[in-house]
Amino acid sequence: MNEILLQGGLVVDPVSQREAKGDVLIRDGKIAAGKPSKDAVVIQVDGLVVTPGLIDPHVHLREPGQSAKETIATGTAAAVAGGFTSVIAMPNTSPVADGPNTIAWMKQRARETGVANVFPTGTISIGQKGEQLAPIGSLRQAGVVAITDDGHCIQSAELMRRALEYARMFDLPVLDHCEDKSLSAGGVMNEGKWSRILGLPAWPGIAEEVIVSRNVLLAELTGARVVCQHMSTAGSIRILREAKKRGVPIEGEASPHHLTLTDDRVEGYDTSFKMNPPLRTKADVEELRRGVVDGTIRFLATDHAPHCSYEKEVEFDEAPFGVVGLETALGIYLTELVHSGLMPLREVVERMSAFPSTYFGLGRGSLAVGAVADVTVIDTGRAWTVKKSEFRSLGKNTPFEGRELKGRAVLTIVDGKIRHDLDGRAGRS
Amino acid sequence: MSGVWQKKDLLSLRELSAEEIGQVLSTASVFKEILGRPIKKVPALQGRTVVNLFIEPSTRTRISFELAAVRLSADVVSLDKETSSIRKGETLQDTAKNLEALQAGTIVIRHRSAGAAHFLAQRLKASVINAGDGSHEHPTQGLLDTFTIRERLGKIEGVKVLIIGDIVHSRVARSNLWALTKLGAKVKLVGPSTLLPKEFAELGVEVAHHLDGALEEADVINLLRIQHERQVQARVPSIGEYATLFGLNSERFKRCKPGVLLMHPGPIHRGVEIASELADGANSVILDQVTNGLAVRMAVLYLVSGGKGVGGDS
Repeated sequence: MNEILLQGGLVVDPVSQREAKGDVLIRDGKIAAGKPSKDAVVIQVDGLVVTPGLIDPHVHLREPGQSAKETIATGTAAAVAGGFTSVIAMPNTSPVADGPNTIAWMKQRARETGVANVFPTGTISIGQKGEQLAPIGSLRQAGVVAITDDGHCIQSAELMRRALEYARMFDLPVLDHCEDKSLSAGGVMNEGKWSRILGLPAWPGIAEEVIVSRNVLLAELTGARVVCQHMSTAGSIRILREAKKRGVPIEGEASPHHLTLTDDRVEGYDTSFKMNPPLRTKADVEELRRGVVDGTIRFLATDHAPHCSYEKEVEFDEAPFGVVGLETALGIYLTELVHSGLMPLREVVERMSAFPSTYFGLGRGSLAVGAVADVTVIDTGRAWTVKKSEFRSLGKNTPFEGRELKGRAVLTIVDGKIRHDLDGRAGRS
Repeated sequence: MSGVWQKKDLLSLRELSAEEIGQVLSTASVFKEILGRPIKKVPALQGRTVVNLFIEPSTRTRISFELAAVRLSADVVSLDKETSSIRKGETLQDTAKNLEALQAGTIVIRHRSAGAAHFLAQRLKASVINAGDGSHEHPTQGLLDTFTIRERLGKIEGVKVLIIGDIVHSRVARSNLWALTKLGAKVKLVGPSTLLPKEFAELGVEVAHHLDGALEEADVINLLRIQHERQVQARVPSIGEYATLFGLNSERFKRCKPGVLLMHPGPIHRGVEIASELADGANSVILDQVTNGLAVRMAVLYLVSGGKGVGGDS
């Protein structure tokens, strides 16, 4: 019998509507009731918050094929260091995850080398080329939790329609990176005053909004569940808000960088501020925050996108898009949403655990007795400074270097196993 | 020559103060006077190495920089995409490190990517001069245009400057608008709405899409080269239509002030941006711009090197 007792923390479990001081007992990988045995590992967590393990619905683990950027081992190490017990992995690996063999390989690799749960997604189209549907049924049978061509928005409205109709048969969510490439072509930063000053090719907000609109209409037509990934513009939020009022089965996703940073940060041509979609304006950030608070956007993701430093250390327009996020997201969300007074802690925890678990059918996100023991212990008051040199991720491409944050995961337990213990609490018992 | 200049690099005019711009212009005046002497060479940069790194092709800017460096007695090496290892796949980062290892004191860079000069400046101890980076800036062009206007009109403050053309892709327009507005000129940009986005109005200049009313009040008209490349093709129907709407022809010229200065950064498309006879006419200062470019580039090379006169690469 393997027991861990988390003693004296503030337990915040949105599913059971529990928010009270108490103990959490873990026995053989499950949340348990009753008294711990005398061999239980007792960990004092008073003053800390105990939550269901956090789930990141948007992560690039880069394996197979791009292991110089990240591996399942390093990516999941970064996840648990950031408080995430589960990650949903994007399929733009090499080869792309457009068939069941790659999914099987990833799951096997995750079992062998991962320290967090890895839920793979498959592609919508073969090779993410946007031309022909991937074997979505086989991908489903292989265990994908969603399909997406993330990074390569499906340009053909016809193909997107058929993908949604087809995915609907399996009740499989479809995640879309919303970008009309004819409008964004060649763009590397937001279109606006700063792109004019810096002379960089512009990626206008309208390129996202056109596709968000299309996705709303197609989700309504087909009844398929659609998620608009990493939403970045005020216009997109307004379109989504109106659609949700009508009951369209569509959801939105936020990222830490779009929720906090603006396009003026590109001023020094630092490629740590180059991501897709690009950073927008203050008005967009404000509307995005309103959207998160009012529930228009329910997913709080990272879009963790590690790259090698030599790949990012090039001319701005030549650099790959993307920033890492697993090790900073919780701190950003707590600082910007909870400590700023925009949202209660319970709701942020719910958005980062129970909600994604239910939406994607992961069977996690709860501290009820009998639940899988994925648990995150958070020091919500912990002040810390982001230092990329300390990241577990191979990717050091963060836009938050040096930022002061409040709130950090101190203990991460996956399937009843301690995978991250910032202060060495388990050793002190 | 003492003054306010403390910068290691010249990357953009947006980042310069009016005083710094003024110092470049007054330094350039001194060099222009020297260029008028029988012996045009001074030993100011003797022993210093200037590398012209022209990753994007350019003839006139490169020759101007080469000649400016030679007039200052610097050792000059010029590399382009074909002669550098960039063609073999070397990154800009590695090219830069190699140049530094060779102890180049000043690097003049022309590159198709906006921010390329910043990229080098952030990584090198050497001085970096931006000779044009993508659609971002072309600081020495902005300075030589400003110099030319001041030389001809005696001032910049209050002067009405009209810049016509493909503004969105123009580094010349950007550098001009910063230098001119910082020194008190009134700048108006005119071009097709597809090549002159509304956000330019947030940069302290006026934006218009018709020549009517703009020509009449201008003291200076700067006509930018329009290139009907792929990125422009989707934005204007044809060069012919552009010339019809925005070209400066004799008919339109009659509406201008008699003493208006006509400028063009070159190379000119005769009959497109400007009628041939106007380019060669009495109001044209296009060749003065070329001559002044040499003096301005000497001034910039001199100032970023510390302006210490004779010295080494320190």
